[in-house]
Amino acid sequence: MSPESDIAIRFDHVGKLYRLGQVGTGTLSNDLNRWWQTRILHREDPYMIVGEINDRAHKGSSDYVWALRDIDFEIRQGEVVGIIGKNGAGKSTLLKLLSRVTAPTTGEIRARGRIASLLEVGTGFHQEMTGRENIFMNGSILGMTRAEINRKLDEIVDFAGVERYLDTPVKRYSSGMIVRLGFAVAAFLEPDIMVVDEVLAVGDAEFQKKAIGKMQDVSRGNGRTVLFVSHNMAAVRSLCQRGIILENGRLSYDGDVDDAVDRYLQDAVTSGIDLPLSEMPRAGKTSGSVRFTGIEFLNRDGEPIQPTCGAFLRIRVTFEARIPVGRGHMSLEIHDLHKRPIIYFSSQFTQAERGFQLGEHSFTIDIEKLRLTEGDYRILLWSYFDGRVADFLDGTIPMSVDNGPFFAWGQNIPPHLRTSVLEDHTWQYDQP
Amino acid sequence: MKEDWTLVIKPEKRLLDLDLKGIWRYRDLWYMYVKRDFVTFYKQTILGPLWFFIQPILTTIMYMFVFGGLAGISTDGAPQPLFYLSGIMLWNYFSDCFNGASGTFTANAGIFGKVYFPRLVVPLAALTSNLLKLLIQLILFILVYLYFVFTGTPLSLNATALLFPLLVLLTALHALSWGLIVSSFTSKYRDLKFLVSFGLQLFMYATPIIYPLSAASEKFRWALELNPLTPIFEAVKYGCLGCGSLSWGGLLYSTLFMTVTLFLSLILFNRVERNFMDTV
Repeated sequence: MSPESDIAIRFDHVGKLYRLGQVGTGTLSNDLNRWWQTRILHREDPYMIVGEINDRAHKGSSDYVWALRDIDFEIRQGEVVGIIGKNGAGKSTLLKLLSRVTAPTTGEIRARGRIASLLEVGTGFHQEMTGRENIFMNGSILGMTRAEINRKLDEIVDFAGVERYLDTPVKRYSSGMIVRLGFAVAAFLEPDIMVVDEVLAVGDAEFQKKAIGKMQDVSRGNGRTVLFVSHNMAAVRSLCQRGIILENGRLSYDGDVDDAVDRYLQDAVTSGIDLPLSEMPRAGKTSGSVRFTGIEFLNRDGEPIQPTCGAFLRIRVTFEARIPVGRGHMSLEIHDLHKRPIIYFSSQFTQAERGFQLGEHSFTIDIEKLRLTEGDYRILLWSYFDGRVADFLDGTIPMSVDNGPFFAWGQNIPPHLRTSVLEDHTWQYDQP
Repeated sequence: MKEDWTLVIKPEKRLLDLDLKGIWRYRDLWYMYVKRDFVTFYKQTILGPLWFFIQPILTTIMYMFVFGGLAGISTDGAPQPLFYLSGIMLWNYFSDCFNGASGTFTANAGIFGKVYFPRLVVPLAALTSNLLKLLIQLILFILVYLYFVFTGTPLSLNATALLFPLLVLLTALHALSWGLIVSSFTSKYRDLKFLVSFGLQLFMYATPIIYPLSAASEKFRWALELNPLTPIFEAVKYGCLGCGSLSWGGLLYSTLFMTVTLFLSLILFNRVERNFMDTV
């Protein structure tokens, strides 16, 4: 147990209630009713009781929803924590509370040290002002003093790579330049606690790499506490030591980052939701002409299932041709957790090389009887078109296989086998 | 166990928590907001900063024509250009400050939704940049004033003119408190917005700007005296032009009025500041 003074952030039963729908005449009557009940009659807030768990897919009966409920955790100084969860799980709300953009409905947040929140790149940029003026504007909005900015101006300009345009109004900048400039200002803040939301999702690949590198420097070099929200699992994995999963406004997992990411991706697969392949990081140099967008595990009737040992499995992969492509092929490989290749599927074996028109396409692999034993695996996907690697997902897709009756006697396989693959066979003791 | 948290975020806050320390820490942001107002004011204009002068000059000429000429409203013996110009400058200061402060939440929703800083910095910066504008316009006023002095018009500049800085401050705080009240309400209910621009126009006519208080008939005079801006405008004109009246009682009333509304507006602002992002 670490000493109390080591804790940088503490969330204590934090909740946030939101009202859905529009502000209109009804709002005033609700407000008056709430005021009457709580202030005059000293009852509990009538709208806080009816608040529902935040599940966007189902329409609830109440106009009030808990975007966050009973969030409890502590973050020690110098920890780098990734917060993951599906869209609408409450990640942004959590960051907003910590950044003091809005106040919690219940509970308490305590923190030690100066907090800088980076919920957006280039907040307060004014189109008419020059790059230099905007650096000062944005920097002071983020809490820097002019002296501080002056000291770091050269570094900021250098990092953003906008030296030539420094005295040009920002409205003449390309969108990429604005993003780079905004990030550069934030990167040279020196807070004790840094709160970062999804900012890396913008900008080109080269810039993203630079940005992640900078964030790593910030967190490693100076022992700063960082809270990082992202859909980019590779970035979360490489930056953070600890991962927190939010689900429908509640904290569903808190622990090692690798476990958290695995669990999150697993959930995404087994809950039948397309894994967002387009958000995953790509390995090596790819042309990007064809990109994988989703993967599903289905049964014979096309319903999503968990792959099961000995059962039928259909793997459907969707992909997008971003330009019309000529001849090429695709492959899918399954690895175990030690990165040993186990099974290899490729259109090379069964199909002639072919091209694709612009747009969405998909392929299906039908496996009559899955030979993999119970456990966790990784899937690699790549496509090769017009003489170049078009897309390559290097084992970031998780697949977990359930135990099942593989052999004819109809019973499950004993768990914890050392091998990953079974073989249908006959066995007989020979007569002497 | 030592409890040395530097930040505690709770659902409820004290009734009046001004965070003056925070505002001071963000003084550079205050400066940047003021700078932004000036830098962006005349970007891509040919006449540039001259616009600070053109607007009051044109308005003065129009008032001389309509109110002084056509309607024949008295200026209590003071030269028309000086009478109107002084009124217009001070009124513009009031209404610009008011508009700046009342747009605090709605105009800055984008920024407030992403970053925390003491929200009061924004209206304070609006007061400051408008003050600079007023000071620039004061040059114009002094030039016109000197013209009349040299052409031999009798103008009785007196010691009351020394009150000018205080009167400006009083005007600013009136504008601030009304602006904060309006901004707090419009963050959730936009209805007020429509009322306000109309109300401001009416309010201008209820303030002795284009007419002296002495020109008001006995029947309505009490209504004008209820207006807390009336003694301020009268005192300014009395100080530099010698017309109008200096009423210490009126100024005291105006100050008390301002203190109460300012206090209320800060409480209101404080409340709304916490959660307005959810309703804006």
